[in-house]
Amino acid sequence: MAQHVRPRNTGLWDWITTVDHKKIGILYLVAGGFFFLLGGLEALLMRLQLMYPEQNFFIGATFNELLTMHGTTMIFLAAMPLIFAVMNAVVPLQIGARDVAFPFVNSLGFWLFFSGGVLLNLSWFMGGAPEAGWTAYVPLSGMQFSKTTGVSFYVLGLQIAGIGTLIGGINFLVTIINMRAPGMTFMRMPMFTWTAFITSALILFAFPAITVGLVLLMFDRIFGAVFFNVASGGNVLLWQHLFWIFGHPEVYILILPAFGMISEVISTFAKKRLFGYSAMVFATIVIGFLGFMVWVHHMFTVGLGPVANSLFSIATMLIAVPTGIKIFNWLFTLWGGQIRFTAANLFAVGFIPTFTIGGMTGVMLSVAPADYQYQDSYFVVAHFHYVLVGGMMLGLFAAFYYWWPKMFGKMLNEAMGKWNFWLFFIGFHLTFFPQHFLGLMGMPRRVFTFMGGQQLELGNLISTWGAIIMGVGTLLFLVNVAYTHMKKQPQAPADPWDGRTLEWTIASPAPEYNFAQTPRVRGIDAFWIEKMAGNKGMTPAEPLGPIHMPSPSVLPFIMSIGFFIAGMGFVFNKYLFAIVGLGIVLICMFFRSYKDDEGFHIDVEEIKETEKGARL
Amino acid sequence: MIRRLQHVGRMLPLLLMVALLLTGCGDPYLSALQPKGSVADMQFNLIKLSIIIMLGVFTVVVVIFTYVLIRYRKKKGDNSIPEQVEGNHKLEIIWTAIPFVLLIILAVPMVTTTFALAKDYSNDKNVVQITVTGHQFWWEFEYPDQKIKTAQELYIPVNKKAHIKLESADVIHSFWVPALGGKKDTNPGMTNYLWLDAKEEGVFQGRCAELCGESHALMDFKVKVVSQEEYDQWVAKMTKGTNKPANNAVLADQGAEIFQKSCVNCHAVDGKGGPAGPDLTNFGDRTTVAGILKNDKKQLAKWLTDPEAVKPGNLMIIPKLEEKQVDALVEYLHSLKRE
Repeated sequence: MAQHVRPRNTGLWDWITTVDHKKIGILYLVAGGFFFLLGGLEALLMRLQLMYPEQNFFIGATFNELLTMHGTTMIFLAAMPLIFAVMNAVVPLQIGARDVAFPFVNSLGFWLFFSGGVLLNLSWFMGGAPEAGWTAYVPLSGMQFSKTTGVSFYVLGLQIAGIGTLIGGINFLVTIINMRAPGMTFMRMPMFTWTAFITSALILFAFPAITVGLVLLMFDRIFGAVFFNVASGGNVLLWQHLFWIFGHPEVYILILPAFGMISEVISTFAKKRLFGYSAMVFATIVIGFLGFMVWVHHMFTVGLGPVANSLFSIATMLIAVPTGIKIFNWLFTLWGGQIRFTAANLFAVGFIPTFTIGGMTGVMLSVAPADYQYQDSYFVVAHFHYVLVGGMMLGLFAAFYYWWPKMFGKMLNEAMGKWNFWLFFIGFHLTFFPQHFLGLMGMPRRVFTFMGGQQLELGNLISTWGAIIMGVGTLLFLVNVAYTHMKKQPQAPADPWDGRTLEWTIASPAPEYNFAQTPRVRGIDAFWIEKMAGNKGMTPAEPLGPIHMPSPSVLPFIMSIGFFIAGMGFVFNKYLFAIVGLGIVLICMFFRSYKDDEGFHIDVEEIKETEKGARL
Repeated sequence: MIRRLQHVGRMLPLLLMVALLLTGCGDPYLSALQPKGSVADMQFNLIKLSIIIMLGVFTVVVVIFTYVLIRYRKKKGDNSIPEQVEGNHKLEIIWTAIPFVLLIILAVPMVTTTFALAKDYSNDKNVVQITVTGHQFWWEFEYPDQKIKTAQELYIPVNKKAHIKLESADVIHSFWVPALGGKKDTNPGMTNYLWLDAKEEGVFQGRCAELCGESHALMDFKVKVVSQEEYDQWVAKMTKGTNKPANNAVLADQGAEIFQKSCVNCHAVDGKGGPAGPDLTNFGDRTTVAGILKNDKKQLAKWLTDPEAVKPGNLMIIPKLEEKQVDALVEYLHSLKRE
């Protein structure tokens, strides 16, 4: 056994070079949180412009930049990384693993997402942000109608961030397939791990579609190709198909992990196992599968004919069945339980009726002829915010409050957490509920103003006030985080919530190697089973021995800088920069392949020392 | 009695919501909730059907939800461990099967309506044939059978179907008149169709529903639904009619001169002029300038002086005009009334 010196990096350098899934989770959380605030600010500016009819704060191109950047940022740079934050922090712990399968790739995934996100946002200062909507429909996003470099930033930024997401997804697939602790069969995996697994599979199949779309758009814009140029025999609908073949599964990529988070939180705080676990797993798989069969429901008004519309309409309706199963299973998990209303559980419980509304308007939207009225109106805006904010964001907040002690070793303040919930929850409904009516009353989405005297004033006014309240709720979360981390408080216990799964068997925060000894799993809710059997912890599946760890590396960071430089080069048609940037990437890849990383070992003495100090 | 009152109190918000929905709300000439044509009617029926089904489901969820949260909250001092229920096959089959039934109830009228709305009336002699072309940021309307070209205001006779061919001159737009029927996109390089009719006379508000650039928000148009007689008169005026004499003929003549010099390359009047901008043949009869401003002297002058301030990103190129020239042009354009 080759002994390698244990690297001890500190400070910023540690964060840049880390390959530890727990630290990468925190990086995703901080970066995703930052972009979430940015996207939220853009949303507030738009709501201020739409507070009253015929206002003139942000009109024309500026408003279009705001709406494009709000959507793009929220989906790709806030929602995705926040999901990845929780997946990184929790999945390896839930399956009893010491890290993800490819720690180096994990780090690379984060840095690619981050450099893509920074690149995209720099567009604000370098000639204007993209203004063709987050859907970037051609020909509006083509060179002829979008002459600034904005959409080029969109194309390159998303392409780079997209590679990061794709390899992140592959990483979690491999991790979950290969690295489960002994005894943890697939049908014993915690629900959150299941949803992370299905989401990773969706990423694997969905992201190539947008990658192809972005390549075509990049060639059209930068090298003068004509894939989408009608006059030269191109086709504008090609983009819409590619975009939505990715775009619809993307919705499930975002919402499925939230389902998983909710399942964990509800089951813990009801003190009951998840009702109908196997049906839940099955429903998740079916939703993931059907997610690829329904993309045309975003295109009902494009004119694909009644046969296509009817078929995709029925396929879309079918998704209501597995979703309904989930809702009722959550309700019956609560049924007969001992429900504790912690901040985490408030968010989880608030999720149920809110997401039900989002699901119901989803069924309404699936009815093709009725969709001719809803499509591209505020009704759609209301619907997908009910799913993404009322669904995914409430799930994420629940996850933050629930897993914060495991990530940081500190408990978030409960009282502030409850205020956070009520303000966010009430603000949310005030913002988006009236928008259903605005849409049906004839207000199209993506408009920078509306005329007075068309009975649209009241809804818009309520909506803006709601957004402000929601903003205050979000700020309260930041205050809570700052308060929690500045206040001196004892290290959080290993199992603060009376948890049921493996992550609660180890110290908070988890030690570098996660599990001193890999646990043996005897059933669903592995920790709960041991508790009920009167055992203090898990039975180890291996003797205590030195633990092999991967070495930190700065290569992922440098590679991402290379991609960033190349991206800039392509945006501004400076191909020298593009070549230099890609050169950096290739050199890093060479070093990575040429130089074997043998990792290092944490010896038994150190493990014993760490475990002694842990508060279990 | 008190219990019943409590019950009503709990149902009140729900009832209010339903009432709000079913009585319809919003501007009667804009809202999809106050349908004024067969297409919008069919769509509204589907909307109502799906809302009723969904409210049924929602009520069940909320009732169970409320009951569970009140009944099963943890009581102080109770540390018993609840029964760890694995599941219940009977229940699970029920809540899998019922949604299927509900979806079938919804799917059948969905399919019939989808096909009814896709009917092609392009060869029907009793149907008004219209070609709509979306431009950044205005609408062109052409009546190929009558050889009429106009813009921003679409005339159709009441209680008669119109077959509308949808095309685009630049980017993707979407043609939407909520009170008369749902939308359909205008795609470059492709032709779409839809049909609609109106059961009531009036001026209905139309919108562009697909982000099409800077002034997407301002790409409004009007659908003027008139009696068959009035419609026939309008067709006659547009095809064989002449312009009414101007109030101030001298000023209008000066305006005409400016028009011939600076505007005619893009704007046609009586079939003479370029196709890039809206046809202005009956401009004096229109209610709006550029689809959004009221068509009076002041607003038209505002548009002619600085179109960019009114509609950002629009493609109109107009030389800097002196105030007198603007007045003349306004006089001329307002003289374009058909007789």
